[in-house]
Amino acid sequence: MRLIKLFLTFFKIGVFTFGGGYAMIPLIQIEVVEKNEWLTNDEFLDAIAVSQSAPGALAVNMAVYIGHKLGGLTGVLACVLGVMLPSFLIILVISIFFYQYRDNSTIRKVFKGVGPAVVALIASSAYKLSESTKVKGKLLIISALALVGVLVGISPIIIILSGGIGMIVVKKWWMS
Amino acid sequence: MNILIQLFISFLKIGAFSFGGGYAMLPLIRKELMDIHNWVNPGDFIDILAISQMTPGPIAINSATFLGYRVAGIMGSVVASIAVVIPSIIVVLTILHFINKFNETDYIKWAFEGIKPVVIGLITSAAVLVAKDVLIDIKSIIIMAMIFYLVTFKKMHPILAIIVAGISGVIVF
Repeated sequence: MRLIKLFLTFFKIGVFTFGGGYAMIPLIQIEVVEKNEWLTNDEFLDAIAVSQSAPGALAVNMAVYIGHKLGGLTGVLACVLGVMLPSFLIILVISIFFYQYRDNSTIRKVFKGVGPAVVALIASSAYKLSESTKVKGKLLIISALALVGVLVGISPIIIILSGGIGMIVVKKWWMS
Repeated sequence: MNILIQLFISFLKIGAFSFGGGYAMLPLIRKELMDIHNWVNPGDFIDILAISQMTPGPIAINSATFLGYRVAGIMGSVVASIAVVIPSIIVVLTILHFINKFNETDYIKWAFEGIKPVVIGLITSAAVLVAKDVLIDIKSIIIMAMIFYLVTFKKMHPILAIIVAGISGVIVF
């Protein structure tokens, strides 16, 4: 019974969170902490910390953490499937029909307007994240280096690893 | 190599190396699918960004389903969506397993301190790369500036922003 409950709860979270990432946190908190009392608020903060430390989508990572805590491996599968399925089904339907209407001239104009908005949304997300995570001053030099790195064609994987290893080197040998 | 296997490996990589989730995954998705494999074009890439904004759920799943379908149909979307979550499952379970043994070691903390600003740089690069394809004239630049202002400083909801931009497109283009 609990597995079905877990699945349905995360399905709901998948349906009602637009924008992904941090936008999903309030709804997960309401469902998991307040309504079902599966985790305390402190445990919820731990779940966020671990989810941010691992690669991949934040919502999927939260689903793995909470699923494991409440139902072991089958719990993980129930929560991950629940959070994935809404996106998967909606996008699949859009993909199947999208290309039939793609060349319609009004649709083209809509997407010509939406393109610049996408740039604005991404830029806005970078701006807001740098504010909320207090990345400023010298740390912004690292951000700038990462940006230039991508633009000259260095793989993002290398850039991320360099950031992590670089900071360990700086803290261990430079600052001590 | 079979295209489904290639797709699986590509999205496994994308899932394993995209820290920060969401937009931070875009440079890597772009590199894998456009630069390395030539499976999708810049137009597809911008479409998936727009569609991800208008639909619920994690951007990683949205883009894996959409791009998987573009590359290899329904099986492609199933393979890509599963591949992109496998690293999450493995890494989070591993972290949970070791969390008591290595709780808060300095090295891990430092590494993530260094990764944080990198992720912001990666997100910015996604904006720059998309901008090169869509900011083609003064009208598109004005739409971009207007939406940036509304979303950042007036807290306009991203879904509403996309709708406003789409209507603006029909009016001005």
